[in-house]
Amino acid sequence: MKILVCISHVPDTTSKINFTSDSTEFDTNGVQFVINPYDEFALTRAIWFQEKQGATVTVVNVGDATTEPTLRKALAIGADEAIRIDAKPTDGFYVAQQIAEVYRNGEYDLILTGKESIDYNGGMVPGLLASFLDIDYINACIGLEIEGNTVSASREIDGGTEKLSATLPIVIAGQKGLVEEKDLKIPNMRGIMMARKKPLTVVPAIESTTTTQITNFEKNAEKSACKMVDANNLDELINLLHNEAKVI
Amino acid sequence: MSVLVYADNSEGKFKKSALEVVSYGKALANQLDTDLTVITINATEPEQLQKYGANKILFVKDDSFVFNAKIYAGIITEAAFTSNTNIIIIDSSNNGKYLAPLLAAKFNAGYVSNVVSAPSSLAPFTVERKVFSNKAFSNTVISADSKVIGLAKNAFEVKEEPTTAEIEEFSPVLLSTSVKSESVEKASGKIAIADADIVVSGGRGLKGPENFKMIEELADVLGAATACSKPVSDMGWRPHGEHVGQTGKPVAANLYIAIAISGAIQHLAGVNASKTKVVINTDPEAPFFKAADYGIVGDAFEVVPQLIEKLKAFKAENA
Repeated sequence: MKILVCISHVPDTTSKINFTSDSTEFDTNGVQFVINPYDEFALTRAIWFQEKQGATVTVVNVGDATTEPTLRKALAIGADEAIRIDAKPTDGFYVAQQIAEVYRNGEYDLILTGKESIDYNGGMVPGLLASFLDIDYINACIGLEIEGNTVSASREIDGGTEKLSATLPIVIAGQKGLVEEKDLKIPNMRGIMMARKKPLTVVPAIESTTTTQITNFEKNAEKSACKMVDANNLDELINLLHNEAKVI
Repeated sequence: MSVLVYADNSEGKFKKSALEVVSYGKALANQLDTDLTVITINATEPEQLQKYGANKILFVKDDSFVFNAKIYAGIITEAAFTSNTNIIIIDSSNNGKYLAPLLAAKFNAGYVSNVVSAPSSLAPFTVERKVFSNKAFSNTVISADSKVIGLAKNAFEVKEEPTTAEIEEFSPVLLSTSVKSESVEKASGKIAIADADIVVSGGRGLKGPENFKMIEELADVLGAATACSKPVSDMGWRPHGEHVGQTGKPVAANLYIAIAISGAIQHLAGVNASKTKVVINTDPEAPFFKAADYGIVGDAFEVVPQLIEKLKAFKAENA
């Protein structure tokens, strides 16, 4: 089984979000970048298939050279090879077009990725990819087994879980549950050394368009100060929630 | 040309998020000076949508259906072509988020998710959406002629605007797919975080899983869903499905009560779309106090049982 894992290069979850002075771009100053957490669950599951079922794992990212450390980290965790599509990931439509081209050139059986990135939160690349490639798709996946051509998956639904069956090839977009937090791997020294020797191929972008454009960003409005209520005066809290906030 | 809304339902009933998208669709149709068409699949009473301004209601009735994203996307796209629309609105439920990109690709549309308001401009077509996991907003132009808008939960108010709609049964062509539903498991008797108006959430400060009884009890009194912070689910005190925060479930409730949760930036990102936030924590320096509307510095083990009693009395009085 050949697995293609799509990886976004995103600001660490603890990052303070700032924008350039004209508010048109994210300010990367002092920001640490990581593998998108949802993609990391997908990658870790892919590596499980590699270790237990002999799958090969290719990671792919659309980005400029600054995303290479993130791809190297994926290699250090255990991916076999990496592909960087040399382009700015302008919108989800554009990114999905680029990755679809990699899939067409690589005879993959499975695309495994996170359900969304934690920066732009578009949540569309996996679904668009499946559509462009005319293959099936499961979103919000929280459990995945593959035997031969048969896929058994669970996905999160509002207030519960749905069990699904399907066949390869397929796009699976996942989240925690694909693997657990404790299963995530921290690259060790041997992994890091080996990652240097693994292939990281840079491919040019194909001609494509975008369908959306960000004009500017706005930070969340400053919050008014928190109203403090004395722990011995809970009637006051109930009064505020009932009469001021009108939520109970 | 009309605006098309897909109104999802749960066991035949429209949820609040479905009414929110219908209200949003109506506002947009008014803005564009056009009609609103709504498509719904296996709703028990599709005519209810007249109350929220639908001019035309297309309903699909086939009891053999279970939700399937590809098939549903095909049905909605066909409805879009028949109703000559170029804008489709969809909610942000798990089903909505699953469907929307498939729909956008089929419909050759530009898709934006997590939209929080009606367009600020029609030319270029510009909407505001949440980005960076609720830490910021962006104004985004959809330049494609066809558009799919995913509306964020609890971002647009349900508004009644009674109309008399044309109600028509719709018999679509069904696409084929290998993805089949085998079984559905719903937590019985519990309120889902995604559907809840009120969410009560507990953190590591509660010291152990046994102490979540009082969280459940408080949630019970308020008719709320229960949730927890990431460390709590990582330690296995509570199921993963209750983890709220940046990499857990997002919460966009009317009221979010955080008990013994310090308020790490990742947690706040996941819950700050909630309208009113209350924090109860022993540490007055806990970062959550900066993000909350109402705060109590106090020990959860003393405050929560008292709050439960007082709320019971309040509920009895106001019943």
